[in-house]
This record gives sequence, structure tokens and C-alpha cells, in this order.
Amino acid sequence: MNIIIALAYLLSSILFILGLKNLGSPKTARRGNQLAMSAMLIAIIVTLTKNEILDFTYIIAGLIIGSAIGVIIARKIQMTAMPQMVALFNGLGGGASALVALAEYNRLTGEPRIDVIISMVVSLFIGAVTFTGSLVAFGKLQGLIRSAPVVFKAQRFFNISLFILFLIIGIIVIINPANSTGLLTILAIALILGVLFVMPIGGADMPVVISTLNSCSGLAAAATGFVLSNNILIICGALVGASGFILTRIMCKAMNRSITNIVFGSAGTATTNNSNNDKRKVVSYTEEDASIMLESAQTVIIIPGYGLAVAQAQFALQELVTILINKSINVRYAIHPVAGRMPGHMNVLLAEANVSYDLLFDLGDINDDFQNSDVVLVVGANDVVNPSARSDKDSPLYGMPILNADQARSVIICKRSLSPGYSGADNDLFYLDKTQMIFGDAKESINAIIKLLKA
Amino acid sequence: MIEPLLVSVYIFVLAIFVGFETITKVPPLLHTPLMSGTNAISGITLVGALISAGAGHSSLSTVLGLLAVIIATINVVGGFMVTDRMLEMFKKGKKKD
Repeated sequence: MNIIIALAYLLSSILFILGLKNLGSPKTARRGNQLAMSAMLIAIIVTLTKNEILDFTYIIAGLIIGSAIGVIIARKIQMTAMPQMVALFNGLGGGASALVALAEYNRLTGEPRIDVIISMVVSLFIGAVTFTGSLVAFGKLQGLIRSAPVVFKAQRFFNISLFILFLIIGIIVIINPANSTGLLTILAIALILGVLFVMPIGGADMPVVISTLNSCSGLAAAATGFVLSNNILIICGALVGASGFILTRIMCKAMNRSITNIVFGSAGTATTNNSNNDKRKVVSYTEEDASIMLESAQTVIIIPGYGLAVAQAQFALQELVTILINKSINVRYAIHPVAGRMPGHMNVLLAEANVSYDLLFDLGDINDDFQNSDVVLVVGANDVVNPSARSDKDSPLYGMPILNADQARSVIICKRSLSPGYSGADNDLFYLDKTQMIFGDAKESINAIIKLLKA
Repeated sequence: MIEPLLVSVYIFVLAIFVGFETITKVPPLLHTPLMSGTNAISGITLVGALISAGAGHSSLSTVLGLLAVIIATINVVGGFMVTDRMLEMFKKGKKKD
């Protein structure tokens, strides 16, 4: 019997890996997700046949309640709210791992193996940190908590002290597993640390936070796997841990930040260095200028930023793109990795507006084409097109990969005002001769351009 | 005593490498579905929750297990479904309207 279970877990692991592999291409991604679903189903069914399980009442009740809530959330959630939903689910995964560690601790009989008790401490700690950290991230993204960084004096010192305290109590519990007060203290420390880690991190750094928490929820599951000596948990946990780590690294690189800088730095409070507090003039143009410019272009590249989604202008933008394409103009979207509130978020928002994915190009694939384009239309983006990231060593953006909008023949920027982006840096692109600024709500501006083009 | 642990560590480390190799190839286009999909996969901890909830050891373990089953199930079901909903939207080249 045990052999069959072990082989079924192996089959499930293989399906999980194949599922992830298929997630690598938009053509096969949906099938990949379905493969992972069937892998999960196999793992669950096989587990239910284990003879360790004596009572099914609570299991069935739990599965029904959980599924119902899950289905409702998945159906109702708006695509713009995807980051907070993923944050919430990360927290639930971490929380479940912590609960399992507690339940298993309570189930211990006699002298436990040392590796089991170590895994329990680790699983409880990571799971609980992930739980509260994710809830704070959820609150910030949902607007329930002020998204600006919340920092207090000696916070770093306090965090490190708490962590050292965790290590000490962890060792005590490992030496004397019967010390349940110690275990509960660890739980309390972890819950507090989760809050303290995420509170000081500002809204703009959320993509990194979500990716890191994603990684943590995987590692918590893997640690639970060590507690139960269950390989499927270890394998899946490792896969998710690796995935979250890769995404964290990509996001850090795209934002020009290191993870230590984000966790310990004064994130989002960057000092505005408008040293050259310039009196440079910006010429404001009208939608009519823009429509003439767009109509006479042969190649157009569109750079959407999160401001587009805030203005809910992605549907109007796609209408504009369709009109341009029908006029035989070559139109493409250039997507910066941090356009949105989580990795790849802008792609999903545009896909929802029926934008075909072969119009969406990553920074690396399109950046050399800007110099050959007639018009670049920037909607609701700022820092990701700031040329000072390339040249100005004093800019907070220096070194960050940007979209080379300034190399196009002309630039149209739809923006509410001249205010700087999250970095606080002034954007030279606004002041170029070839730049036309259109101030106002992105949706209204685009609709006005559409009207003019249709006329 | 050390041997089963060592095997588990082997599996863990090798799985991390598999994860790295597979996920590095996922394009930025699909990073959000990737994240919500892997998020659902991390709900595998449900398997552990089922054992805790069903082992009938003590009422405390059962209650903790039940709670774990509920939230892990939300994570799994919600995560996979929303990923599917997103991937359904990724379509290629609609012809002119």
C-alpha cells in the first residue's frame, strides 16, 4: 500500500514539474495549469487513502468550506486586484503550514527525532512570518493600511533582536522538545516579525514583497514536508521557493534595488534630489496634435504604466490601437518588468482588455527598436522611461534598465501632471523638443484622440 | 536516523534546481499567472493538513488540522481557478474588428 502511495506521489511530482514547464509559453500555459491541478488532485486523493487517517468528518467539512470560499474569491476578483489576492493566498499557504506544524507538535509522542523538531520550528517560523507579512501586504495593496512606509526608531535593531531571540528559543525547544511555552513564544515572535518586515516597505516595492512572500510560502511547505517526511511537500515547496526567488531577483533588478535595501532601506522615502530645480519649460499639447502625429506615423510603440490601470484606460487604449492597426500602422506595446503591482501584472491587465499577446513585448525584445519608431506613446508611466537611469550617476534611478523612449523620433506622454515618479527623480524626457505632453486623465485623453481619429 | 533525513535533503536540493531550470524559462508575459499558479502549488501543505485533521489524535490537533485544511483548500482551489481565468484571457491575434 505504502509503495502505491509513494509511486502516486512521484507521478504527482512529475505532473507538477510538467505543469510548470508548460507555464513557460502562452500557448501551453493553460494546459500547464491544468496539469498542476490534476497533480494536486492525485496528491490529495492518495493522501486520503493513508491508513493514518481515521476520521473523515472534519476533512470533508474543511474541504467543502475551503473550496466554496476559494471558488467565490477566484470568480469575483478584479484583475487589478490580483496582487492583493496573491498576497492573501500566500498568507493562507504560510498559515496552513504553521498550523500543521503546531498540530503535529501536539501529536508528538515520546522522544521525537531531532530533525523532526528542527523542521517543526522552521516550518512554524516561516509559515507564521509569511502569514502576517502577507496580511499586511494585502492590507496595503487593498488600501486598508496606509501604503506609505511605516518606520519607527531603532526598528532594524528591534527586528534583529527579535530574530536572535527566536534563534535562542528555537535552540531551547530543539534541546527540550517538551517545552511548549517555547514553541508558542516562537509563534508569537514570528507573527510580530511578519508585520514588522512588511510595514516599513512602501507601495512601489510591493512586487518584490509579494515575490519574496511567495518564495516563503513554498519554503514553509517544504519545511512541513520535512516534519512529515513527505516528499511531495518537499518537492512542491522547493519548486515554489525557487520560483519566488527567481521572481524576487528579477523584480529587484528591474527596480534597481537589492533585497536588503528594500527590507532595511528607507523604501519609498527616497529624498527628492531636484538639485537642478530647473525652470525648464514644458510645452503642453492637445489631443489634436497627438492624433495628427499618430495618424502620420508608420511605427508606434506604446508604453503603459500603472497609471493606465489606475485610470482604467486599458480598454480605451486598446480601442485606439485597433484603429491605428486598421490604418495599417505597426503598433506594439513595450512592457517594463515593473509596470504594475506584481511581476507581469500589466500583461494580465492588457490581456483582459483583449490585447493579443503577440503585441506585447518585453524590454529586452523591443528596446533596440525605439530608434526606428516614429512615435512612442507613454501612458501613465514615468520612472521606467527616465533617461537619467542611463547617464546620470547622481540619479536614484541610475543603473535601472529603462525603455529607450527618448530614442524614438517623437514622444507623446499622457500624464496627470509633471510630478515625479516613485523614485522622486525629475524626468528629462518631459523636456525634450520632440516630446509632446498631454496633461489630464489618461482615459479622457485617449478617448478624445479616438474621437479625432474616427472623424 | 540520519539517512531518511539525508534522502529528504537530496530531494529538496535537486527539486530547487529543477525549479530554477524550469522557471527561468518562463517569459515576463506570464509572470503573474506563474506566481498565482505556484501559489496554488504551495497549497500542497493541504496534504499535511489532511493528515493532521484526520488522524484523530486529540481534539486540539483536529481543530488545528481542520483550520489548516480550510485555509489550504482556499489557497489551492482559489489559486488554480484564478490562474485558469487569467490564462483564458491570453489570446493571440484577433482579426480586425
